[in-house]
Amino acid sequence: MEVNDKTIDKLSDLSRLIFDGEERDNIKRDLDKMLVFVDKLNSLDTDGVDPLVYMTEETLQLRKDEVGKELSPSEALKNGPSHDSDYFKVPKVLDK
Amino acid sequence: MEDYTFTDLSKTREELLSGSVSATSLTNLYLKRAAEGDRFNAFLEVFHDSALTAAKRLDDKIASGQPVGKLAGAIVGIKDNMCYQGHKVSAASKILEGFESVFTATAIQRLIDEDAIILGRLNCDEFAMGSSNENSAFGPVKNPINEDLVPGGSSGGSAAAVAADLCMVSLGSDTGGSIRQPAAFCGLVGVKPTYGRISRCGLIAFASSFDQIGPFTKSVHDAELVYQVMAGRDAMDATSSSKSVHESPSTKEKFTFAYYDEVMNSPGLHPRTKELFIQKLDALRAAGHEVISTSFPYLDHLVPCYYVLTTAEASSNLGRYDGVHYGRRSEASEDIPTTYFNSRTEGFGAEVKRRIMLGTFVLSSGYYDAYYSKGQKVRRLIKNATDEILKKADFIISPTTPHPAFKMGEKANDPIALYLEDIFTVQANLSGNPAITIPMGTTDDGLPLGVQLFGRSFDEATLFRAASLI
Repeated sequence: MEVNDKTIDKLSDLSRLIFDGEERDNIKRDLDKMLVFVDKLNSLDTDGVDPLVYMTEETLQLRKDEVGKELSPSEALKNGPSHDSDYFKVPKVLDK
Repeated sequence: MEDYTFTDLSKTREELLSGSVSATSLTNLYLKRAAEGDRFNAFLEVFHDSALTAAKRLDDKIASGQPVGKLAGAIVGIKDNMCYQGHKVSAASKILEGFESVFTATAIQRLIDEDAIILGRLNCDEFAMGSSNENSAFGPVKNPINEDLVPGGSSGGSAAAVAADLCMVSLGSDTGGSIRQPAAFCGLVGVKPTYGRISRCGLIAFASSFDQIGPFTKSVHDAELVYQVMAGRDAMDATSSSKSVHESPSTKEKFTFAYYDEVMNSPGLHPRTKELFIQKLDALRAAGHEVISTSFPYLDHLVPCYYVLTTAEASSNLGRYDGVHYGRRSEASEDIPTTYFNSRTEGFGAEVKRRIMLGTFVLSSGYYDAYYSKGQKVRRLIKNATDEILKKADFIISPTTPHPAFKMGEKANDPIALYLEDIFTVQANLSGNPAITIPMGTTDDGLPLGVQLFGRSFDEATLFRAASLI
């Protein structure tokens, strides 16, 4: 699997990251190296092997659906880079 | 007070109770050390006021004859990826600039409930991604044993701070070796408990099926004490186990230790590491333990499997950093897409971006089965093979790292070389088993090396017992 510009375009769009100029060359080169590295897994026969998805062997226990100590709106909002007393604020979505 | 020498937590607790030291004087001493003695860039911030408030509360308790907790007087540093209410936490990333925790991680709260004093937050690799602590947005950490060398990573600040006596013990997180490798590089004890043993509530997620919190200490005894306080079921983490923490250790006098032929023959193994490791095996035999060699056919697949799965989980976990809900928003944001793109591009460092991209690739349509599912199947093979070995042996023993701490910058331009740092440590994260590193000796120029024991899941009690025996 060769990493080309189209791959980088697609992945950077999905990742919401921008790679320009030298950074673009670097990520292309690094991703290529990393894929060669992880391709090693293909040397193993895994036919009929169940994927290991959950590391916990116990049944996950749900909490009771009870009202507990929650964050107040001001606590929940306080780390937002832009907010008023009730909402997170974002730049304008629709132009007139 | 200036020359106070810390030996172990139970001694400090006794000194407090006998009145020979006060919590306030100890805290002042360590605040001073962390502020003035930190040539290593280990502390990102000391929590001056809250540490002294906690100390005062403890002194008042002692003065009024109230019972005190198991960790009374313990001066603790925490990795900068654990939440402590009202204090900043950044995962050593610019993207969390200005973020202040709105709740306290369960593990930290349990330490506080036992009268530990939280001194400050410790530098690390950004989002715990790295093996040299060179990936921090706040500059690299230096190894106190030799400042030209890395302290290891990602919990490099946690290791350096304990090694340099800037705090008594510290917490780190271990996703692929991020506690054990820096502990080995700095001559300390470091523990990665069984997956599910310590609540991850309040730990900033990197790879959720791998991450575990654990202690850095100067002795096995202290490691066990801090571990026991933190361990056990937490309703806030559905993956935390309900299994009892206070099981008695196996009372066997003689244990069976298995080592891998492949490790002995590994070309990357430093000659001194090999020499000390062979001496350690000989000493175990001489003490009557059984040492068996075994084959582990997946040694070369461990790190690739780890990178496929952890980057996938990271790409998903780090999706929440969007420049809207917390942390930093790019000045160049004009609309929603540019808010996301610019905030993330400006906020994340190069290694984090590399891993998000690889993780996005292995999860993307068309490659999911070939990479992500394949990784999960290989993880099953690794876990099964590990379980088989631990049926015939009580422990798997290996060097913690192939070589001692390396020079800063030496591996900075080669991600793969840095990834291979984790070759002996990642297995425990892939299989979920508990593992401990303890010092095994030094190179001729005084650099520490560690030996790792890796035991059966949820049997930390026996792991600690064996670690103190050898």
